[in-house]
Amino acid sequence: MEKRFILRVYRGSPGRQYWEEFDLPLLPSSNVISSLMEIQRRPINREGRDVEPVVWESGCLEEVCGSCSMLVDGRPRQACTALIHTLLEKSASECVALAPMSKFPLVRDLIVDRSAMFENLIKAHAWIDSEGAFDRGPGPKISPKKQQMMYALSRCMTCGCCVEACPQVNSKSKFVGPQVISQVRLFNAHPTGAMQSETRLKAMMQEGGISSCGNAQNCVHVCPMKIPLTESIAAVGRDVTLQAFKIAFEE
Amino acid sequence: MSVGKQHKSVVVVGGGLAGLAAAMKLAEKGCKVQIVSLTKVKRSHSVCAQGGINAAINSKGEEDSPLIHAYDTIKGGDFLANQPPVVEMCLAAPAIINMLDRFGCTFNRTDEGNLDFRRFGGTLYNRTAFCGASTGQQLLYSLDEQVRRYEPAGMVEKFEHHEFLRLVLDEKGIARGIVMVDLFNLKLEVLKADAVVIATGGLGVLFKKSTNSTFCTGAANGRLYKQGMKYANGEFIQIHPTAIPGADKMRLMSESARGEGGRIWVEGDSSKSIIGPEGHMMPCGVTGEPWYFLEEMYPAFGNLVPRDIAAREVLRICELGLGVDGLYQVYLDVSHLPDERKNKLESILEIYQKFTGDDPRRMPMKIFPAVHYTMGGGWVDWPAVNDPDRWQRYRQMTNIEGCFNVGESDYQYHGANRLGANSLLSCIFGGLVVGGEVERYTSNLKIGCGDISSNVYDAALDAEQDIRKDLMGRNGKENAHCLHDELAELLVRNVTVKRNNKDLAATYAGIMQIKERYRDISLSDKSRFANQTYIFAHQFDAMIHLALIITKGALLRNEFRGAHYKPEFPNRNDREWLKTTIATYDPLSEEPQISYEDVDLRHLDPVERQYTSAKKVRPVLKEIPPNIQLPV
Repeated sequence: MEKRFILRVYRGSPGRQYWEEFDLPLLPSSNVISSLMEIQRRPINREGRDVEPVVWESGCLEEVCGSCSMLVDGRPRQACTALIHTLLEKSASECVALAPMSKFPLVRDLIVDRSAMFENLIKAHAWIDSEGAFDRGPGPKISPKKQQMMYALSRCMTCGCCVEACPQVNSKSKFVGPQVISQVRLFNAHPTGAMQSETRLKAMMQEGGISSCGNAQNCVHVCPMKIPLTESIAAVGRDVTLQAFKIAFEE
Repeated sequence: MSVGKQHKSVVVVGGGLAGLAAAMKLAEKGCKVQIVSLTKVKRSHSVCAQGGINAAINSKGEEDSPLIHAYDTIKGGDFLANQPPVVEMCLAAPAIINMLDRFGCTFNRTDEGNLDFRRFGGTLYNRTAFCGASTGQQLLYSLDEQVRRYEPAGMVEKFEHHEFLRLVLDEKGIARGIVMVDLFNLKLEVLKADAVVIATGGLGVLFKKSTNSTFCTGAANGRLYKQGMKYANGEFIQIHPTAIPGADKMRLMSESARGEGGRIWVEGDSSKSIIGPEGHMMPCGVTGEPWYFLEEMYPAFGNLVPRDIAAREVLRICELGLGVDGLYQVYLDVSHLPDERKNKLESILEIYQKFTGDDPRRMPMKIFPAVHYTMGGGWVDWPAVNDPDRWQRYRQMTNIEGCFNVGESDYQYHGANRLGANSLLSCIFGGLVVGGEVERYTSNLKIGCGDISSNVYDAALDAEQDIRKDLMGRNGKENAHCLHDELAELLVRNVTVKRNNKDLAATYAGIMQIKERYRDISLSDKSRFANQTYIFAHQFDAMIHLALIITKGALLRNEFRGAHYKPEFPNRNDREWLKTTIATYDPLSEEPQISYEDVDLRHLDPVERQYTSAKKVRPVLKEIPPNIQLPV
């Protein structure tokens, strides 16, 4: 007999969210995305009612674009790598639960609006101040060791999993979350970027900046790119303290 | 009022490498840029490019040069690419790499702290710069950051989660803006512009089982074609030889796995034989031993033969029943490599493990070819530097005045087959070229978009309102997603690695039937908020037309060239087919009309494209103009 499983989806629009269940075929290579695609072809819920297909965001399906973040069995992650077999084994059930991330404004079903993270990149001056898009010869020399450290930080997809997992990000706080702090570390590490390190550190000294981190360390456990977020927070924290002394001294 | 007295406004549709490179250059030149993207631009499909970006910097003392790079690109494309843009792209490549290096792109380094380069398919030189195994992601982020710099000052405005639906054309047929839809609240909106740049990538999603992102439907180009844009070389679709089969997509296993020493093999079977590339029969290895068939057939290039060749040989091997476990799959093996080489490949090896549960560090991967890159695309102009009318025409402009096309969505640079690590280069180069050309175009415009009658914009908006009313009102029995399954299956079976005229004709008829059945769809979601069913149904119309273009072009082209392999006509036929295919939409029949255009071969006479023996030739490219101005 064909194997099947239940996909429970917390769906709806802001203020009107509800759980809906779908009875779906279980193939060896089934993952969350292929299951949602199946609902598009046959949008019928477990009770046999015709429903609107679930909407969600996805892109590369290779875990490099950051689109398909959602809560899978309660944990923030990329849905494209969430293999149904593995999830069922782990939960020892016949059911997989999907929900939209909760720390971002809900759009519909599994889609949330993550614009705030991109706005924070502007506030944090998360770029190199190049003279422009023309040839000025090569950039500064960088050791392979430093390149590897920067590459690890630069793989951040702005997916929002770390922000979702952070207890300090909540309706009562303005905390920017781990993602942007790690980007400050990245650009301050670059020889050219370091010339604007003060601008970035000052941004991290604002309300909701680095001092709001409660050191729960959830971020580093959920990061799909295994970015050393807690190391970044510690490093930027030290630099912010030095910067604060410097400002106090200059005043 | 003259437009010269105010900021020119330019709409860039698409925020991948090409779109962002164009936006960056335009903002630098003082144009006001509005970027329209299906997603946050940082999530564009460029992130998927793994292996690297080519530039003949000659850092390894190999006497490499940009002109050898151009030679490899022209030859790799089987002489179907117009040569002047290829030559300029390769000449600009070293400066482009340096520019990205200054932007902080995290390129791998040598112990001396300089950029490192490695070898990729279709060449004998180490000229590929790379960032781990996610070069596309890192390059895109660098451009994303540079474009973000212009946001606070208002020089760049992003409309993310918006989709391009239609070009606004004035009475003279000149592009004056676009109509777009907000993918969240479904609002239809007009953006006025002095020029429109299309940088919307490829169309792999047409085939479903492709390495492309879900965004890559090709719909923008399909819609433009229906509005009169010429579409060129549609039949040239690159199949990547090594992808991981999956239920929702084929995941790319980068060429870098082979660049770092990965080997393709199957269990040998000496009772079977196969026709080798030079025409004589050869045994299929030795029974009980691994048969490294690419290395045996192509001793010089081995596992690094160009992609079309590797894909065809993998298919031929599987057709002989030699596939792993009797299935259509072969081994790609990196398990023998030293740790430091495996580490360089870490992120792609992780992908394999994530999606299969098997560890490729210890056991060989199972892979099969998949649709990967769209060589064809919007036809664009390219006046060469010494053409007498160079400054009367505009590079990268489509046949629709004021509408430019760039990146994977145009047809330049790659001819009949793209070489590895040339796509990132062509996207960035093309984007930078567009920056300069669009600025010149808007400066020469007599009338700016602010002086165009509002009737022009209202009419375009009305047309889109009508399409929405029609789609939302359909109450038939077909589901657009299920039709997509059928379309993709037809295309994958008959219009990918191997093509024959009987099946192509049947496929064309099959697509026409799907086109009819599409009229009989109904939407399972009729809501007015984040309705993806409606969005896809709208895209699918454009996708059907692209499928017709691809299939008709393939049916007519009776030769074997690059990615277009037709066993009935097993040779390249320059006398009859060294020409660009142009598809034009016929609104009466609603079918493509095909015509042809000569290829610009001014720098290099066609030679045979063979990869069985290695010789580092010192190619002579003729008549390279001394006054080429690079866009960087």
